[in-house]
Amino acid sequence: MKYIDEYRDKEIVRLLAEEIKRTVTKPVRLMEVCGGHTMSIQKYGIPYLLPEEVELISGPGCPVCVTSRTYIDRAVAYSRRDDVIITTYGDLIRVPGSSSSLDKEKANGADVRIVYSILDALMVAKKNRRKKIVFLGIGFETTAPISAAGIIKAQMAGLTNFYLYSAHKIMPPAMETLIDEGVKIDGYIGPGHVSTITGKGIYLSIPEKYGLGVVISGFEPVDLMQSILMLVQQIENKEPKVEIEYTRAVKPEGNVKAQEMLDEVFEYRDDWWRGLGILKNSGLKIRDKYAMHDAEVQIPVDTEPLVEPKGCICGDILRGVSKPKDCKLFGTVCTPSDPVGSCMVSNEGSCAAYYLYNR
Amino acid sequence: MKSKYDTILLGHGSGGKLSHDLISDLFTKHFDNDILRQQADSAVLETGTTHLAYTTDSFVVDPIFFPGGDIGKLAIAGTVNDLAVSGALPLYLSVGFIIEEGLPFSDLEQVVLSMAEEARKAGVKIVTGDTKVVDRGKCDKLFINTSGIGALDKQNVPISSGKNIKAGDKIIINGSIGDHGMAVMAARNELNITADITSDCACLNGLIKSALDAGAQIRFMRDATRGGLGTVISELVKGKNYGIRLAEDRLVVNDGVRGMCELLGFDPIYVANEGKVVMVVAKEDADHVVEILKEHPAGAQSAIIGEITNDHQGSAWLETLVGGKRIIEMLSGQQLPRIC
Repeated sequence: MKYIDEYRDKEIVRLLAEEIKRTVTKPVRLMEVCGGHTMSIQKYGIPYLLPEEVELISGPGCPVCVTSRTYIDRAVAYSRRDDVIITTYGDLIRVPGSSSSLDKEKANGADVRIVYSILDALMVAKKNRRKKIVFLGIGFETTAPISAAGIIKAQMAGLTNFYLYSAHKIMPPAMETLIDEGVKIDGYIGPGHVSTITGKGIYLSIPEKYGLGVVISGFEPVDLMQSILMLVQQIENKEPKVEIEYTRAVKPEGNVKAQEMLDEVFEYRDDWWRGLGILKNSGLKIRDKYAMHDAEVQIPVDTEPLVEPKGCICGDILRGVSKPKDCKLFGTVCTPSDPVGSCMVSNEGSCAAYYLYNR
Repeated sequence: MKSKYDTILLGHGSGGKLSHDLISDLFTKHFDNDILRQQADSAVLETGTTHLAYTTDSFVVDPIFFPGGDIGKLAIAGTVNDLAVSGALPLYLSVGFIIEEGLPFSDLEQVVLSMAEEARKAGVKIVTGDTKVVDRGKCDKLFINTSGIGALDKQNVPISSGKNIKAGDKIIINGSIGDHGMAVMAARNELNITADITSDCACLNGLIKSALDAGAQIRFMRDATRGGLGTVISELVKGKNYGIRLAEDRLVVNDGVRGMCELLGFDPIYVANEGKVVMVVAKEDADHVVEILKEHPAGAQSAIIGEITNDHQGSAWLETLVGGKRIIEMLSGQQLPRIC
């Protein structure tokens, strides 16, 4: 398959592994801040190919994982209303809230529908004019422009029964906070999909302010090995900078049109991240001029009191301080079919990736 | 026992961990007996000097027609295959229909014709049946249950339990993986995907019989349906005093299936098949078995994909395409609802 097989070539991967081994002279900890990278790294068994000096740690790059329980609780409260249809990406429906989850509400009769895009949700809104359609907007700069496009489209089509419940977040504040908090990181494997939208500009503060490199990587094994090599070279040469390995998808300036759309619909707000707390200007709120499609503004609900799970160390795992295997609940009390924390639910969650591929 | 679930979730029917918990914590707990406890694809019944294999399966696939088959063909093949992988010769089937009011007669007729055709090809007789019709909206178009009985040679009785598996044995599969699951997904209108994927849905009793008739030492067989190849392998190895090593570069994944898996984020080793048997065969017989399978239309791409090992006891490992290593775990949670 073109554009895939070339990036899964065993011989190229072997040569890159040799080059990494030749280049590295001291232990380095590289963090991937994209859940897609976490899954790919485990799926292809990348850690087994690296010299022991190179340690990969997973960061807060799984949107479902960093989302607060309060968000789920509110989505559950929406789903319990007879006049609401919830539309959502699939991996959100099993995320546990304080006492329930969307799949449990669905089993109890709530109208919860899995969609593959906000455009599908708009179709649901069109076909069900008497219901309020709430789309759970989750994800970073990758999915946020699509939500923005959905809002604009809903506005144009006069779909007054369509609402976005935004948990959209942006990546750079989290990357800076981790370093500020003293988590030992020697370089970032930069998120590929996010960067197709944003370009490389948003990471410039990482080398400038913190002296750490960022290499924006694709998702195939050759991409990841090449990015690791580029980071190791930066570290060894003491030349931290932002580089793009994923050049076939990421332009330095990003997707300007998507950025404009994002800016049209959203403004920044302080937002809560699991593991990191409240980060300034890290979340995306719907601007007032689109408030008629903002679920938080238009559909008030009472949510149950927040209960955080006991013993779950998702927060430490998202900060790269602990690994899934350090958690007492991992694989025993907490499994993908019966998750305690959100990191075990999402396909992109560290715990789910370790459970499936690296136990 | 008080279940931690107040209600049944879709995941309870996924064939993954939640289904296993439901079966062990509720069904086998209360229905408990020596035969059920074996938990094989078919129950092995001893009547005097002969052995019978007996199995049942229900089909709720959505949509009921998909490229490569329909719910009827699936209902015959599913039960025939459960008998065949137990080492039995499938003989007689029962059929139960649950039909939604309003189903076009022509749809039902088309399904029945395809069942008759598939049964004829597999050499099994449909000897009894039942029909129920429910109000519109109380079931989705058509659900089918089939049960089957097969004759089991005494020498093949150990196959379903896999108790003779030894380190060094080879693991064989009769072709590409993930075709059925992705064909059904692509056939669902909600995705708006046009993909050239055909379900592998087929009866495997002919293919399996040719391998058994050749006298090869077949130590275990299972059809890799829901949960895919990965789930079969991980179930097989759990709690055993051997390990399993699979080589990813030996697995065949058709382009359409790969493309769709890439798009939707599925791992083909966990995607359902309906015409694939995983065999564990004695090392010395493995190449011969592959040759025999290859002569059969449903086995043209048969290959040795791995082996039973002394190391990694109780777990299965995949050597990835790029030379890395990862574990193969049972599919957990819901991947694809209503694919069979």
